[in-house]
Amino acid sequence: MLTRAYQHSLRGSHLPAGQPLLEVDNISLRFGGVKALRDISLTVTEGDVHAIIGPNGAGKSSLLNCISGLYHPQEGEIRLHTVPGSRGGHRQDADRTTGEVRTHTLTSLAPYKIARLGVARSFQNIELFSAMTVLENLMLGRHIHMRKGVLSSMLWLGPARRQEIEHRQLVEEVIDLLQLQAVRNKHVGALAYGVQKRVELGRALCLQPALLLLDEPMAGMNAEEKEDMARYILDVHELAQVSVVLIEHDMNVVMDISDRVTVLDFGAKIADGTPDEVKADPAVIEAYLGAEEEDQAVREAVAHMEQQVAQETAKEGDRG
Amino acid sequence: MSTFLSLLAYGLADGAILALAALGFVLIYKATGVINFAQGEFLLVGAYMFYTGFVVMGLPLVGAALFGVVVATVIGVLVERVILRPMVGENPISIIMVTIGLSMFLKAVVQAFYGTTPKSQPAILPRSSVEIFGAMIPLNRLSAILIAAVVLTAFTIFFRRSRHGIAMRAVADDQQAAMTMGISVRRIFAMAWALAAVSALIAGVLLGDISAVDQNIASFGLLVFPVVILGGLDSVPGTIVGGLTIGLLHQFTAGYLDSGLANVIPYIALVLILLVRPYGIFGETRIERV
Repeated sequence: MLTRAYQHSLRGSHLPAGQPLLEVDNISLRFGGVKALRDISLTVTEGDVHAIIGPNGAGKSSLLNCISGLYHPQEGEIRLHTVPGSRGGHRQDADRTTGEVRTHTLTSLAPYKIARLGVARSFQNIELFSAMTVLENLMLGRHIHMRKGVLSSMLWLGPARRQEIEHRQLVEEVIDLLQLQAVRNKHVGALAYGVQKRVELGRALCLQPALLLLDEPMAGMNAEEKEDMARYILDVHELAQVSVVLIEHDMNVVMDISDRVTVLDFGAKIADGTPDEVKADPAVIEAYLGAEEEDQAVREAVAHMEQQVAQETAKEGDRG
Repeated sequence: MSTFLSLLAYGLADGAILALAALGFVLIYKATGVINFAQGEFLLVGAYMFYTGFVVMGLPLVGAALFGVVVATVIGVLVERVILRPMVGENPISIIMVTIGLSMFLKAVVQAFYGTTPKSQPAILPRSSVEIFGAMIPLNRLSAILIAAVVLTAFTIFFRRSRHGIAMRAVADDQQAAMTMGISVRRIFAMAWALAAVSALIAGVLLGDISAVDQNIASFGLLVFPVVILGGLDSVPGTIVGGLTIGLLHQFTAGYLDSGLANVIPYIALVLILLVRPYGIFGETRIERV
């Protein structure tokens, strides 16, 4: 469903759809005596929107931080599969366009190296460069694809300039996709919350990610803003064909836009499957959707009481 | 009128050199959060490295300048890697103490190799004077102002526009987000120290040429503190305004009032600024909500 003709592909992965892109293999993460994650395993498939859900404190953000290298799990391994391709500007990939799959172990890599492999992310609490404009923030997303050295960038030489113009074209396409035209030159600190969230999504997209990690992209939004954001995420997925891992609280949104759902509770994985499978899973209902059953019980109790009151009133009326 | 004009020229020259010295200080503070008390000694080391290349090794001017830049870069990167990287996460006072120790060390090394007597170095900048409205203005001061202006402009453009400059600002703004953009924070730290050492080298060479290559260069470097407090610890344009203000204040006080008072007046200004506007004219106001 391509609605606009974009020149640049925002998808950084060359894996065929349906193949495993990211494998989380039995990872455990401890902070002192607190076990934030226990033996978590999951596989993200190329081309999917993969949601990670769970109550507060379930370890969702910790898992995302492990994938992007901000935390290093004590046990287990995280592997990313890439097919080196003609992806613009990646040093190691530039001269290889063979179809062979390469596996990178992310578990002990520094965050910036993981970013260079094409794993981009957004944060739960917006982490934009607030002193810069939207455009500068997005251009920073192109950092890993720029190749000119310190000296030529200091002297603003021809090649450095040409390269910048090319990157700018891609950035403009992201601006167009996320409808950020009006705020292009505004400082991000001055923007509304919902727009800042969108800028952060855009900055991650500018990396041309192989895998996009979104930590609660709709947190703190009202229903309308949530719908907009869900639309943008679907656009990113459908138009740009980027594989997405997202953490979200709103069950309706998750069920609408995800291909696969992993449920965490108290640092352990309790379910994994399609939205329908997960919805029907008793463990998930217990941990996450339990509230609905309680609601049902309360509703029955209230109905019962109302009935009693009505009967009493009727009796009194008879007497009078 | 002629006194005023010549004081103005001297003040602007001092101020321009101070701005260069302060630029290095601000770079380090902005990118890495370290308050570098050894900035004055970076000027000293820079001046002596250029002297070594130019006089001791007999290199031509450009060769000596390149030699100085290379050595300054190496020293900057080494200081970051060997001395400050192990201090990451320590409390700020410890880091300040380490930079004070570093300043003493650098000074001692320079004394050990070159002694304490001033070194004579052939003039690099023109020695003649021009007459402007009756005032004799030495050309070397005017050239110093010009060179400093060019270097400061280049650095400002580098920060505003270049990929590495923007990456540096990104690290200063939000290290975590910068890392997830694929920016190596360690490399940016090393780059900040190297650039600081290079800007200090330029300041040191200019200063050595208009005065003398001796230990006083380090004490001149101490004046970066009033400059950065005035301009704001984290503001690049602030170094220019702060540098020129302190340079002019110093020269006018020396010319019209008293030369003894002139040495103290920058520090009196420092105390006053701290009382009135502790984050400087252009510095980022840090307001913490509780």
